[in-house]
Amino acid sequence: MNLTELTLTELRTALRQGETNSVAATQAMLDRIVEQDNDIKSYLTITDEMALEQAAAADKRLANGDQSPLLGVPIAVKDIIATKGATTTAGSKILEGFVPPYDAFVVEKLKEAGAVILGKTNTDEFAMGSSTENSGYFTTRNPWDLARVPGGSSGGSAAAVAANMAYGALGTDTGGSVRQPASFCGVVGLRPTYGRISRWGVIAFASSLDQVGTFGRTVADTTALFQAVTGYDRRDSTSLDVPAEDFEAALTGDIKGLKVGVPAEYFVEGMDAEVETAVRAAIAQLEKLGAEIIEISLPHTQYALPVYYLIAPAEASANLARYDGIRYGPRIEGADMIDSVKQTRALFGPEVKRRIMLGTYALSAGYYDEYYGRALKVRTLIKQDFQNAFEQVDVIAAPTSPTTAFKIGERADDPLSMYLADVLTLSLNLSASCGLSVPCGFDSKGLPIGLQLIGNTLQEATILNTAFAYEQA
Amino acid sequence: MTEYEPVIGLEIHAELMTNSKMFCGCKVVDSVEAEPNTAVCPVCLGMPGMLPVINRKAIEYAMRVALALNCTIQHHNIFARKNYFYPDLPKAYQITQYELPLGRQGWLDIDLESGESKRIRIRRVHMEEDTGKLTHLDGGGSLVDYNRSGVPLLEIVSEPDIRSGEEARAYAMKIRQILRYLGVNAGDLEKGVFRVEPNISLRPVGSGEFGNRTELKNLNSFKSLADGTAFEIARQTAVLNSGGQVIQETRGWHDTKRITFSQRVKEEAEDYRYFAEPDLPPLYIDDAWIERVRADLPELPEAKIGRYQAEYGLSAYDAGVLAEEKEVAGWFETAVAAGGAPKSLANWISNNLFQLMNESKQAITDIKVKPEMLAELVGMVKKQTINNNTAAAVLAEMFVSGETASSIVAAKGLAQISDEAALVDIIEQVLDANPDSVAAYLGGKEKLRGWFVGQVMKATRGKANPGLVNKLLVEALEEQE
Repeated sequence: MNLTELTLTELRTALRQGETNSVAATQAMLDRIVEQDNDIKSYLTITDEMALEQAAAADKRLANGDQSPLLGVPIAVKDIIATKGATTTAGSKILEGFVPPYDAFVVEKLKEAGAVILGKTNTDEFAMGSSTENSGYFTTRNPWDLARVPGGSSGGSAAAVAANMAYGALGTDTGGSVRQPASFCGVVGLRPTYGRISRWGVIAFASSLDQVGTFGRTVADTTALFQAVTGYDRRDSTSLDVPAEDFEAALTGDIKGLKVGVPAEYFVEGMDAEVETAVRAAIAQLEKLGAEIIEISLPHTQYALPVYYLIAPAEASANLARYDGIRYGPRIEGADMIDSVKQTRALFGPEVKRRIMLGTYALSAGYYDEYYGRALKVRTLIKQDFQNAFEQVDVIAAPTSPTTAFKIGERADDPLSMYLADVLTLSLNLSASCGLSVPCGFDSKGLPIGLQLIGNTLQEATILNTAFAYEQA
Repeated sequence: MTEYEPVIGLEIHAELMTNSKMFCGCKVVDSVEAEPNTAVCPVCLGMPGMLPVINRKAIEYAMRVALALNCTIQHHNIFARKNYFYPDLPKAYQITQYELPLGRQGWLDIDLESGESKRIRIRRVHMEEDTGKLTHLDGGGSLVDYNRSGVPLLEIVSEPDIRSGEEARAYAMKIRQILRYLGVNAGDLEKGVFRVEPNISLRPVGSGEFGNRTELKNLNSFKSLADGTAFEIARQTAVLNSGGQVIQETRGWHDTKRITFSQRVKEEAEDYRYFAEPDLPPLYIDDAWIERVRADLPELPEAKIGRYQAEYGLSAYDAGVLAEEKEVAGWFETAVAAGGAPKSLANWISNNLFQLMNESKQAITDIKVKPEMLAELVGMVKKQTINNNTAAAVLAEMFVSGETASSIVAAKGLAQISDEAALVDIIEQVLDANPDSVAAYLGGKEKLRGWFVGQVMKATRGKANPGLVNKLLVEALEEQE
């Protein structure tokens, strides 16, 4: 049995049946990381000792017939998610060496489910970016072509899963940061409804948009991981107290009669022809599987990008003001207290500084109404677009990204072209919808293409089953 | 010369005495007494990824205050981030209420020295969180204590209806009294749990416009509030009369020099970049919740004073003295419920008991004399078991020992002698022993009657019923004629 080739759900079965053990699977992943990650650079921190301890403990429980959902399964965690006792930097120099005294809710849930945590994956600094090039440490490379980006900001997680360096991974998606790297790396990435997963312990970028998401090599893997980390948490006041669902059982593969909407606005000018062809072919496949395809319109889509780049930086400007070196994280001593704070803050990277300034400006007196205030109003219109669409259809199908993975450095000096990488994903974050990206073929350069499926509020089961049906066909 | 009118509004910040902080489970501790940074957690330290959860008890406390101050309660409450940087503010923003405060459009009537009453309008009552405390060391460097960070803080903002330092004091004292009655704040200015900051400006009498205002800080007593405000009014008047302009600034009160001094000049309004706190969904307060809180409100001082006059026939002054503090009022009411005559109780409390408390520096909640015990004592006086003088001595002893009046009276044989036969015997002994005085009395020196009473009291060691002695003495002297 080649342990690195197994999917999460296959490994789970093998572990339960005693065909292998967690220490072996964990060691296989750690060996694979040693072998591959010098090139790919998906991990910022490898928690090998902790992982092997967790694996040994899991093996004892497995031997006793413990059926915990992820017992013994090695998982990677994006470095913006707090892990007790393990460095958590959010990809920023300003949190270099920061070891939180708490686990994020999702990490508590992983541990509860018996998962083994392999390490912390690279991310654009504070999740601000679409390529991992804004990481304060290094750029992760796309396993399909090392000259290209893996997407971002959860590029480390996507690359680790794609290169078989983890059986699944957690990411966060504020404007597409799970779906877009999933698309670029040819894996499945789910961004659940806002509030579905507690944000407790997730380092904030834009609080009203941030949501944890899951990566897997298959839809079933992604679903199993999502099932394990979802749930209400009273420590997050925006967490939704909704009845538990069995998402894995919902993967029937039956989508007969499903109404799939195709929004004209998502086939934008300037998108790769090969992406459009692959996505349209995937939609045709859904039709073959019994879905009804309906042309729809999301008329305010063109405003999503400017709205997002007012709201997200505005919230970020407040969220990031706490990093002053006084209570935690590195501190650069200056002439006096204020000087120390100024020098410490110089540890922020250029994109983070740009967004802090953008957000501060959008909120400032005299500009609030024109920028932030107006963005909130248009956000309501964008939400309304989705609500209207979901009166007609069950699922919206579209490309995840207008292009496949671009080259490292290609867009690094042009923030606007970088922002456009998320143009098809960020509307969802402004609404109350959920979405995922599932691989739907390759372009002529052999780079993966992603099909984006968007569902109504809390309809994760519907989009996961649609993706599952497509994947199985 | 132009005549100026002071225009004063007060901002009051009061920490709420909840068990836990506003947005986390940390205990609210006395920030003067507690070891620094012992009541803190990742949430109130603003650590990465931590989130606030609203303390509903704090909301209820705030509702109590808003209702007591006759405010309209906001149903749809939004919390906002007030962004500013200072090392005592761990998140670099304070969670507060901005556009939609919890309470609006209230009022409070205050009593002026003239005896008239004046209504001060209240603009808003809102919830926020307190900051930590920064201490700058003499040798350079600063220390920060986050025990206070995240403690529920209530802000009460008046309309600019106040016209003098005395009015400011009366208003602030009444607010404090209400907060203490509501059990939400200890009212300690020295410890900073109750902070008063007046905004003071002048305008020509009759003008509708506002002049440049100064904001006064560091007021750690009500006297400082009255004096500081009066000082500012005088200072601004002098500036304007000399043709100058008042600078819009924050001024501190120097408690020993009794002057105000410039702390910070506000050239332009600070930009706090308020926006709705995305980590907290709107808080909805429905009518049922409001009515529950309203029904649980205790009787407030004003209502108590009215009731004491109407129900117990107390004077306005006595009623005011008893209602001043909730604990005293409660003590008094328990004593009344135990059967004591209200008027007598009022006298005993405001004279003898308060004196004993002052001398021993004890609060009414600490003393050994319980309300039922004073009721018994008052009853014994009324039944003439003991006279007033004995009762005062008995109370002093009760205060020390905690014994009941009846046991002290029994143990010491202090019961008043009201037995006529016994008293007649004693009177006759006194008259027999003092034939000269009897002769003098009968010769017209009627003033000697008091002396005879004294002699009888002396013979009974003060236990004789004085009224009865008087009556029997007169009869006995008449018989001598």
